[in-house]
Parts: sequence; C-alpha cells; structure tokens
Amino acid sequence: MVRFDNVGLRYGMGPEVLRDLSFTIEPRSFQFLTGPSGAGKTTLLRLILLSLKPTRGLISIFGEDVSRIAGPALTGLRRRMGVVFQDFRLLDHLTTYENVALPLRVQGKEEASYRAEVVELLRWVGLGERMHVLPPVLSGGEKQRAAIARALIVRPELLLADEPTGNVDPSLARRLLRLFIELNRLGTSVVIATHDLALMDQVDARRLVLGEGRLHIYE
Amino acid sequence: MTFAADSHAPREPEAAQAALEADAGPLPDTLKRNAPLVPAESTAGRALVTVIAILTFLAALAAGAAELVAGASSEWRSAISREVTIQVRPTPQRDVEADVARAAEIARADPRVAEVKVYSKAEAERLLEPWLGTGLDLVELPVPRLVVVQLRQGEEPDTAALKRALAEAVPTASLDDHRLWIARLAAMAGTVVVVALVIVGLVLTAAALAIAFATRAAVAGNREILEVLHFVGADDRFIAREFQARFLKLGLRGGAIGGAAALLFIIATGAVSASWRASPGGDQLEALFGAFEIGWRGYAAVVAIAAIVAGVTAAVSRMTVARHLRRLT
Repeated sequence: MVRFDNVGLRYGMGPEVLRDLSFTIEPRSFQFLTGPSGAGKTTLLRLILLSLKPTRGLISIFGEDVSRIAGPALTGLRRRMGVVFQDFRLLDHLTTYENVALPLRVQGKEEASYRAEVVELLRWVGLGERMHVLPPVLSGGEKQRAAIARALIVRPELLLADEPTGNVDPSLARRLLRLFIELNRLGTSVVIATHDLALMDQVDARRLVLGEGRLHIYE
Repeated sequence: MTFAADSHAPREPEAAQAALEADAGPLPDTLKRNAPLVPAESTAGRALVTVIAILTFLAALAAGAAELVAGASSEWRSAISREVTIQVRPTPQRDVEADVARAAEIARADPRVAEVKVYSKAEAERLLEPWLGTGLDLVELPVPRLVVVQLRQGEEPDTAALKRALAEAVPTASLDDHRLWIARLAAMAGTVVVVALVIVGLVLTAAALAIAFATRAAVAGNREILEVLHFVGADDRFIAREFQARFLKLGLRGGAIGGAAALLFIIATGAVSASWRASPGGDQLEALFGAFEIGWRGYAAVVAIAAIVAGVTAAVSRMTVARHLRRLT
C-alpha cells in the first residue's frame, strides 16, 4: 500500500531531516508512528500524503511511483486516504455537518446522496446533536471527533492521524483509539502519529519510531 | 462499510435517511447544508469590493466623458459643415442687391442645397452691433452682405462647384465653408477624446493591478481553506472554480456599485446642467457639450467597464489560486 525505499528529505540546502527511510505499510495494518517532538512525524505523514516531495529515494503509494505522477492522478491517490490533522483544520464558517461532508462535496456529489451517511457517521462519533454547530463553538474533543469523522467519511483505504488524542482527556483518547481499531477491523490501514506512550501501551501494534531523522521499526 | 452497528447492507440514500430519521428523529430544519466553501463576507472581501467600486466609478466617468465629448464634437462638426456662407462685398462699380440676388439664385439652383437665407442690409449691420455698439450710422461703411446656405442632411459638404459658379457670375462674392473651423474643432475634440480614452486605459490598468493585489491578499487570507480543500481530495480545477466564483461575485458587486454610482453621477450632472441652462454659463456649457447626455453608447460603455472589472477580478483570483496550488504540490 505504501512503500518507502531509502527516502531522504532536506529543506533547501539544510541538513537532511529524514534519512534513509525504508518501510512498508501493508493493507489492513495498524501502526503507531512515534518519536520525540520535532523528530519528523508530521513531515513523514506529509510525504505519505503527497504534499511534500522527497529529495532522494523512492516512494510508492497504492502501487504508484509518486515521482512519475502529477496533477489529477495525485488527487485520485489523495482521495483514497483520510487525514486527521493535529490542529483539526476544520473550516470555521461551515457547520460540523458541512465539514464532515466536505470530502464528498469536493468530489462533486449531490448533497442528498450523502446526507444520511454523514448524519449516521456524526451520530456514530457522538456529534449527532452538534451537527449544525460551527467549529468555534465545539470543545477540543468535539473538534477532534469532527476531524476524525471527516477523514472517515470517504471510507479511506489508508488513514493518517497526526496526534489524534493530543487534545482530549484519557477516557476520550481510549474511545477514539477504539474507533480507529474498529475502522482497521473494517479494512482500513491506520497510521497514528503520537508520542503518547500510555495510548500505545493499550494496543499491541507495530511501532515506527523516528529519532534523529532515522526510522526504527518494532514489529 | 456503514457506521451503524446494526446495519451491514448498503442502503439507498433516501431509504437510509428515512430509516435514520425514524431511529433518531428528523434532521434539524435549520441544518445548513451547502454554504459557499469560500466565505463571501470577510474584511478582505469588503475591502476588495470597495476598491473595485471606486476604480469602476473612475473608469466609467472617464469613459462617459470621452463619449460626451465625442458626441458633442460630432454634433458641432455636422452642424457647421452643413452650413456655408456666401459673402458679397459691395463695390461702387456693381449693384450689390443684384449680386446678392444672383448669388442666392445660384445657391438655390444647386441640388445639394436645402435652404438659402439672404441677410438684408439691416440684418448684416445688426451683426456688427456686438463689436461696434448700437446707434452708429453704418450707411457709409461698405458692410458685406451675407447669404447663409444650408446643405441637405447627409450631403457631402463639397462646395467646389458652388464656388466656381459664384466666381463666374458674381466676382465680388466669396464662399466660406468653415473648413478651418471644422478642422480645428475636430483636432481639439479628437485630442480630448484620446486623452479621456488614455485615462480610461490607465484607470483600468490601475484597477487590474489593485484588484490583483487585493485578490492576492484575500486569497492569502483564505489559504487555510485552500489547503484543507486540497488535502480532503479537491482537485485543482474544483478549488480554482470555487475561488473564482467567489471573487467573480465580489467583482460583480463592486462593479455594479461603481457603475451605478457613475450612472447616477452622470444623470445628476445632466439634471443640474439642465437647471443651469437659462444662465449664461449654462448656455456656454450646452454649446460645448450639448445636453450633457452620454446616449446608449455611453451607458453601454459604463456597463462594459463594470463587466470587464468583474471579469478581471475572477481571472486574477483564478491565476493566483492556481499559482498557490502549484506551490502547495
């Protein structure tokens, strides 16, 4: 599904922030991406999300060499992924419902065709009563769940979550983790970037540990 | 995949919604569903509308002025070129009344002539009053006599044949077809029109540049929206279309406000000039600019400028967004 071969990344003429990364993410797999703050977790997620290009090495996403594709094909690949940003990135002028429906709307689908699905998902993540509310009114946990729902609505083959439990209390963090595990059980590959050791200890999953620009894998 | 624990089979959207509403009550009527992805109301948006409105107003005024002068000069030229004057100088050797009658007869015989008006001696002397004052005895002065000839509408003001016929029959007559005046008026009006058109061009260029900067600022203000749309799988064309639609709306609003203000200004100026018409200043203004009306061509130019400005706004926003998206990928 995702394959990195000797990937390196540097910004401008600076030193390499990521060095010799080689790993794969298999279909239906579940893994944590961890490491200290500033280790490059978000940068690695952006490489997978095709918003950064590596300075060397080979990245293959869904079997496609990303250096050989551009434009509409990149959008096509991105639509097969769901992403949860650390800072949620909900659009403040759209309601929770509209934010969650956004990935379907940008694909040109009619609102009536996805309305039931969006409402169902919102109720599933516990936001059934908050669907008409604008994000500034939502609590941190509600924003987090709205961001997760937005990533899930397209039923992605690969879910990338950047510190998805960083702004919530331990009990909600456990609930969100169960949500990701359920999603993985239904067939989605999940990559959760976190430095929350307590969260990782709750699941026996593969760990990709970034440190000093290099990746160590603990199966 | 479905998110409800008790349902596994895919459902039709309507059926799924009905089931959902039966399970958990109807959807709120107030649920906003299709708000614009790029918000239309923002500080940057309002500033952009103001800039567009002001520049459209200035460009439309310049275009209106160009049309006013062009129209007025065309009226002057056609009015003056349709009129020629035969001047008969009195000499002791000739009977001036017979010469005037002969000159009028020759003029009437020309098929392009619509009307001939012979000024009597008294009338010719009255024409001198503004310069010489009243109460003077002009009997001893050799005051030339005038025959004013109106050419037919649409006729080419070619007076060479008339000039030749007059020279043969009445040697003391000369024909003034006002060509010198027409040439001077045409040059002056042409210069004014060219200057006004240059001003329109400069204002439109300034408008395009100001709109480009304002649009870039507004796009930069919406950068997060642009990035989120990008990451949730919107293709570049979709994002550019959303931004372009939003900025076209702002451009149309600004253009409409500026264009409407310019039209109101022109109409109000026409009304004010009409109320001044009785005064000596008003007479002069009317003589120069006619009735201060820009006609359908002037109104069309104002509307076209508003539309061009709105189009420029939309095009610039699309280019700005496209450049930003290229940088993002």
